[in-house]
Amino acid sequence: MLSVEEVRKTFNAGTVNERIALDGVTFRLEEGDFITVVGGNGSGKSTTMNAIAGVFPIDSGSVRIDGRDITALPEYKRAAYLGRVFQDPMMGSAARMNIEENLALAYRKCRRRGLGWGVTKKERGKYRELLAQLDLGLEDRMTSRVGLLSGGQRQALTLLMATLNKPALLLLDEHTAALDPKTAGKVLALTEKIVTENKITTLMVTHNMHDALRYGNRVMMMRDGRAVFEAAGEEKARLKVADMLEMFEI
Amino acid sequence: MTGIILGAAGLGLLWSVMTIGVFLTYRVLDIADLTAEGSIVTGAAAAAVIIAGGGNPFAASLAAFLAGAATGLITGLLHTKLKIPALLSGILCMIALYSINIRIMKGAANVSLLRKTTVYTEVLRLLPSAANKDMAAIAAGLLCAAAVCAAVYWFFGTELGSAIRAAGDNMKMARSQGINTDNMIIMGLALSNALIGLSGGLIAQYLGFADVSMGIGSIVIGLASVIIGEVLFGVKTFRRTLFSLVCGSVVYRIVIAFVYKLGMPASDLKLFTAMTVAAALYLPKLTKKWAKRAKGGGGNAVG
Repeated sequence: MLSVEEVRKTFNAGTVNERIALDGVTFRLEEGDFITVVGGNGSGKSTTMNAIAGVFPIDSGSVRIDGRDITALPEYKRAAYLGRVFQDPMMGSAARMNIEENLALAYRKCRRRGLGWGVTKKERGKYRELLAQLDLGLEDRMTSRVGLLSGGQRQALTLLMATLNKPALLLLDEHTAALDPKTAGKVLALTEKIVTENKITTLMVTHNMHDALRYGNRVMMMRDGRAVFEAAGEEKARLKVADMLEMFEI
Repeated sequence: MTGIILGAAGLGLLWSVMTIGVFLTYRVLDIADLTAEGSIVTGAAAAAVIIAGGGNPFAASLAAFLAGAATGLITGLLHTKLKIPALLSGILCMIALYSINIRIMKGAANVSLLRKTTVYTEVLRLLPSAANKDMAAIAAGLLCAAAVCAAVYWFFGTELGSAIRAAGDNMKMARSQGINTDNMIIMGLALSNALIGLSGGLIAQYLGFADVSMGIGSIVIGLASVIIGEVLFGVKTFRRTLFSLVCGSVVYRIVIAFVYKLGMPASDLKLFTAMTVAAALYLPKLTKKWAKRAKGGGGNAVG
């Protein structure tokens, strides 16, 4: 489904600030996999995600989704395959546009945007239903500017936008790291619900070992721009936070 | 007195088309686009040359619109394809336009429209015989401002318009939703400068000439009108904002007319306008500071 082969990326090559961010990252995801990715600061986990999303061109290697090589596609074209939620809750939605307009933008992802209305009446009803499922009262604030929402509300909205058209792959980049523990828990529970209900293949980067073990069917640890450990299914279920921390120390 | 106000109102309505253009870059795209200083003259020059050659004034105004769009297209390409910062792209285009505008005017620094058929002489023929040129300007300006507001309101409610707004609001998010942000910025800049060009064409016909230096300070006048309109008339909805922009332009012109009447030398106008904009930009921060102090210094903004 997703195959990342020998991806390399060096930032600021040829300068004193040269840094090898990805040093031959290779892994595959099967349809319906939910993989969590852990690692220290600078281990390359967010860079891996950005390489998949096409935020920057990679130096070598390839990224394929459903057999199609997307390595050379610009970021906005890859969006057709991806749903993304960022670490910063402010990053995933347009602050000066209202809730329904943001959802409508996501609904039209990678379709031709012409001179038809930006939001139609028919869509509004659908958005209201979906927002009601979040249980945050957003269904009654559909014409409020998104900038007025709290971080947790915005992250929940971004999650909804990222999965509005079922993406081939959902990328979650430490999407609860900027939230307070209670809100983070809510957003994670919501994430799990949406992902399992819609059987979405998901890659979640996290700093939190508990979350990494609790969610998903696979876990991957990164260090120095490489995947250094992987566990799946039963093996992952048996892992404890202490085991992970031990490996972290090596 | 009424004469002064009528004249100011007419000119304000013609400038309001430019104000909406400035709003599109400054507020919607979040770019301070200095192309405006050149594109307003490009529009004026294009319209003036056609009219001076005996052309139809309405076709000339359309040409001003298209010429303005072309200038925005250039700035957009400089910014998105050559990756030059937006502010610098605008400055480069503005400087280049100085030469181009003189070329459009066939090597002259100005073109006179004395005793030529303009939009206003055409409109005046439709009005009662007691009407003068200022009233014709108001009628034409009102019509034009209303049409531009309606078109802009409609366009930014469409899928394409929404995509442009998203690109201006949050580029990272727009890309992750499959929006080609480069194209949206180019389109936004072209549309903005098209309106500024049209405004230049209408202003030249009203003043009776196009001059290569008539654009100096126009971006500041545009910003002043945007800010005055937003502060005095509100921005609750998009419809309201557009209304505010038109009113802001008219109020600015009336204020200037009064300041002249009080004896300010015409050469001090630019200083006065720049100070108004600086003060207006600082005002929101000042009120925030006061509000904080009133609360006892504590309390972060909830966001």
